Amino acid sequence: MRRARFLPWAPLLTLAVMLGPVLAGLLGTLAPAFGYMPALGGKGLSLAAFEALFAWPGLPRAVMLSLGVGFAATALSLAIVVLICAGWAGTRTFGMIERLLSPLLSVPHAAAAFGLAFLIAPSGWITRALSPWATGWERPPDLLILQDPAGLSLIFGLVTKEVPFLLLMTLAALTQVRPGQSLRVAQALGYGRVTGWLKVIFPLVYRQIRLPVYAVLAFSMSVVDVAIILGPNTPPSLAVQVVRWMSDPDLAFRFQAAAGAVLQLALVLLGLGLWRLMEVAVARLGRLWVASGARGGRRGEQAVRLGALVLGALAALTVIAGLAGQVVWSFAGLWQYPDFWPDALSLRNWQRHGPRLSGPVTETLVIAGAATFLALLLTLASLEAEHRHGLRPATRALWLLYLPLIVPQVAFLMGFQTLSILTGVDGGRAAVVLAHLVFVLPYVFLSLADPWRAWDRRQDTIARALGAGPDRVLWAVRLPMLLRPLLIAAAVGFAVSVGQYLPTLLVGAGRVATLTTEAVALASGGDRRVIGVYALAQTAAAFAPFALAVLLPRVLWRNRKGMRDG
Amino acid sequence: MVEARGLRFEQVAISLAGRRLIALDCTVAPGEVLTVMGPSGSGKSTLLAAITGTLEPVFDMAGRIRLDGRDLMSLPTEARQVGILFQDEYLFPHLSVGANLAFGLKPEVRARAARRDRIEAALAEVGLAGFAGRDPATLSGGQRARVALQRMLLSEPRALLLDEAFSKLDTGLRAQVRDLVFDTASRRALPVLQVTHDHSDAKAAGGEVVVLG
Amino acid sequence: MIRSMTAALAAFALAAPLAAQEVTPDPKDWPAITEAAKGQTVYWHAWGGGNAINDYIAWAAGEVKSRHGVSVEHVKLKDTADAVSRVIAEKSAGKDAGGAVDLIWINGENFAAMKEQGLLFGPWAEDLPNWQFVDVAGKPAVTSDFTVPTEGLEAPWGMAQIVFYHDTARLAEPPRSIPALAAWARANPGRFAYPQPPDFLGSTFLKQAVIELTPDPRVLQEPVSEETYAAATAPLWGYLDDLTPNLWRGGAAYPQSGPRLIQLMNDGEIDLALSFNPNEPSNAIANYELPETVRTYVLDGGTIGNASFVAIPYNANAKEGALVLANFLMSPEAQARKQDPVIWGSGTVLALDKLSPEDRAAFDAIELGVATLSPAELGQSLPEPHPSWMVRLEEDWTARYGVGQ
Repeated sequence: MRRARFLPWAPLLTLAVMLGPVLAGLLGTLAPAFGYMPALGGKGLSLAAFEALFAWPGLPRAVMLSLGVGFAATALSLAIVVLICAGWAGTRTFGMIERLLSPLLSVPHAAAAFGLAFLIAPSGWITRALSPWATGWERPPDLLILQDPAGLSLIFGLVTKEVPFLLLMTLAALTQVRPGQSLRVAQALGYGRVTGWLKVIFPLVYRQIRLPVYAVLAFSMSVVDVAIILGPNTPPSLAVQVVRWMSDPDLAFRFQAAAGAVLQLALVLLGLGLWRLMEVAVARLGRLWVASGARGGRRGEQAVRLGALVLGALAALTVIAGLAGQVVWSFAGLWQYPDFWPDALSLRNWQRHGPRLSGPVTETLVIAGAATFLALLLTLASLEAEHRHGLRPATRALWLLYLPLIVPQVAFLMGFQTLSILTGVDGGRAAVVLAHLVFVLPYVFLSLADPWRAWDRRQDTIARALGAGPDRVLWAVRLPMLLRPLLIAAAVGFAVSVGQYLPTLLVGAGRVATLTTEAVALASGGDRRVIGVYALAQTAAAFAPFALAVLLPRVLWRNRKGMRDG
Repeated sequence: MVEARGLRFEQVAISLAGRRLIALDCTVAPGEVLTVMGPSGSGKSTLLAAITGTLEPVFDMAGRIRLDGRDLMSLPTEARQVGILFQDEYLFPHLSVGANLAFGLKPEVRARAARRDRIEAALAEVGLAGFAGRDPATLSGGQRARVALQRMLLSEPRALLLDEAFSKLDTGLRAQVRDLVFDTASRRALPVLQVTHDHSDAKAAGGEVVVLG
Repeated sequence: MIRSMTAALAAFALAAPLAAQEVTPDPKDWPAITEAAKGQTVYWHAWGGGNAINDYIAWAAGEVKSRHGVSVEHVKLKDTADAVSRVIAEKSAGKDAGGAVDLIWINGENFAAMKEQGLLFGPWAEDLPNWQFVDVAGKPAVTSDFTVPTEGLEAPWGMAQIVFYHDTARLAEPPRSIPALAAWARANPGRFAYPQPPDFLGSTFLKQAVIELTPDPRVLQEPVSEETYAAATAPLWGYLDDLTPNLWRGGAAYPQSGPRLIQLMNDGEIDLALSFNPNEPSNAIANYELPETVRTYVLDGGTIGNASFVAIPYNANAKEGALVLANFLMSPEAQARKQDPVIWGSGTVLALDKLSPEDRAAFDAIELGVATLSPAELGQSLPEPHPSWMVRLEEDWTARYGVGQ
């Protein structure tokens, strides 16, 4: 059997697919950082690029900004998620929050950022709702809300998108930790719901979501698209500055850009180290707190529960209202300040761009479908190999899965592009699928691994004892029983693929036009109507699989009570 | 040489990190019941895993287990012809009652009508005629136990393992299901090995009792 | 893992680069070019942020396909630098033929950099059949891109000039010189913005200001030198120190691009803005992006103008097809359509007196957009300074205003 020979190699192949391009890409960035780039006349090794980098007067602030935004956004998102779970897990409200998750996850980062910008700008929707009748502002006030030097609006924007992601990861962790009983025991001992959850469940959950938290930290420190829209620019954060240098017409800046990318990587590693130290400190304080036996006062508990809900709702509402703003813009005629509503609504914009969506939509769906399918195949093969051959994944190897999520894209995409040209795998749909696989695979693996491993092995024993071979058990029992997590993992992977910009552009040689590449190019024209059309199309493309992942099991298992909350 | 029928343990010894958990050398003859008792952690379930071939690699095992003369050690689980019932029935939740039974029924029964008849007959045998289309999640505990038993029997095992199989049932039901299982096993001349911590199970089985730990 | 990757990379690097099996096309042999071009697909990397522009490019692609059998794919860029990066990456990987970029919409610094690094194919532009119509004498910018001689490495296809625009409903009398702008901003703080250099429009504002403020504008046409730089730019920094606190957001944040200015104008956040396309405000009005009361004007001392071009990378895959497309873009028909404000409204590079009467009539029939100035109103444009000035100005600007000190 061929599969029997392929399976044991699946985990290794999976790691190679994820890590090979990242490591090769890093090399392609390190070389120019140290002066080696023959195409631009750099043939020796030198530190000139780093000298130029450190001579840039904006560097200290850019570095502090990256660190500050990364930590603030991550800590805030984590706090909101943890407190929502502590205060509401298992309640009906929590069920509603869960249902909101997939739509929120489907909104692309840049679209959410555009939406937020139109909400909170001094001439934005919120001001328009109140002006001039309440505020007296006939003209928008000259207030620095967007692009503030401290990066507050950037942090806000990041939090609105990271809360849903971390919540999704926490939910997956919760199904494994099975908090119900422990929490009831704690409550029976007189602990408040929140206090009990924090003391008993949180340490278990955090261990499981630690790596996603690291990924969020790394992402927040090196985000580019959201930072350009919401972040400060005098100076911008380091990653944005690196991208600026990379696209500077003066090609000498390419070396400085590479050096900046290396610094960005070092910065992320430093950030992760600092976060780890904070974990240790918080754990120590936490143990003292647990040992103190404090039960949590009723009033404090209520305040925390309410606060968490309000913050979470604010994050969700922001994304939803932002998207609503884009819907209105996509139909808008002239729409000036201080009008709350456009002068006229028109279909012209959709008539103009709607027909042109079909090509990019097809391309997007084909690529995302193929990348997700391959990712599922590799993930399932790896997990099944682990199951059948007892290849226990050393937890030490697990962090490797996160490498493509933790290494900043600016630090390896330049080299990634060169590698793809070198190997001749570029310029086509297949190449883009492979490039997307690098980013889709970690998310699919991480979404699926826990439910897969949590599946009761006695089901396997029973089925095997009934005479079914491992293949039949896989197809007839395990996959159908795990259909829901399987579909969710596919939806997450699909959404990740839909959102890829730089890998598509760089590996596709600009020849593969997806919704996202079109959206970014058109957005550079600044017309909010076009941005709205494409933001909606992107959201729809990412949301459809989530909807399918919820509906399909419901239809398939409509007569199977035991599969409802699987 | 004609091999002895039944489930035979030949100097079976299982240990974990150098600590001996189980040492067993005996035969369970067809229709007989061997009851293994012991506190949790004594290795009862480990013994069953050794028989089904699902022992975790962390355990070291010496000796041999034979079923009707065949050496089980070299066979994969699905070829051992050992049926097992757990405390939970593990009816596959995505399959109907009938499909669950069909999963157990040997593929040698090919014709669709013949398979359907076998399944209907198996259900009727335990008083569940007409239940084939039902969702297993809608059955009562006793009904589920009977379906699990019939599913196992349709796979034509040559030995039966019981892993605390009756411990979730309430007293009245427990005796009823237990009698059904033991009667069926003795009628079909299956060697039975049961693991339990309940003396009433041991008494009902009536066979030899081994205490671990 | 890392070691094996290194080995793999080394193996790739050692492998011989793709053999350059192609024959370099000779632009002088035009029939051979058009013959070879048939059936080729030209990937034209061009900024993709404008509806009108995208529509025009789609039209040109259709025409070239039906007339010459050349397929044209518009690769929509958010930034020309992405195409430059692509060519550099291909050169790094040793891909000296069969490159992904066949034609780039380019000018100024990007052109200067690609020319300097030997990344362009050519010369070819002056061998194109339609070159005969180009207004070489009347529009020096068509052969001198930001003072860098084009030497036939790129073909002009449009003229651009700085215009300022304002909403007459809010601002009736806009300032008509750089010093007047500062005075107006003092009286109306927070109502003017320019994009953050090195955005090309932001940098052009700096150049516009320095041309008007510097004691001797002629030095700007030479490469920058240490002796001239400080004296030539001192008035600019004094001016900006004065202007910056009165900018939108007091200069603590800057719009990131030209199109963002249109948004800010429409949102009522600013009353005065600038554009590098004299017809852009008219297009924006037609597209509901600006109110109909917006008008454009040029400064009394004139404003900077330049030409934009198309160039072919040295390793382009479909050079013949790219040549055919470039030639078509310079044709009277394509240029007249491009100048029509309803279509795009970008100035022609051709000399009308060199055209046939019918072609000239097509130009004469064009009606200007509601907020578009006539060529006479635009007046003679000021030449771009040498690109080296831009580099220095951007650097200094960033150090002074771009890092928040």
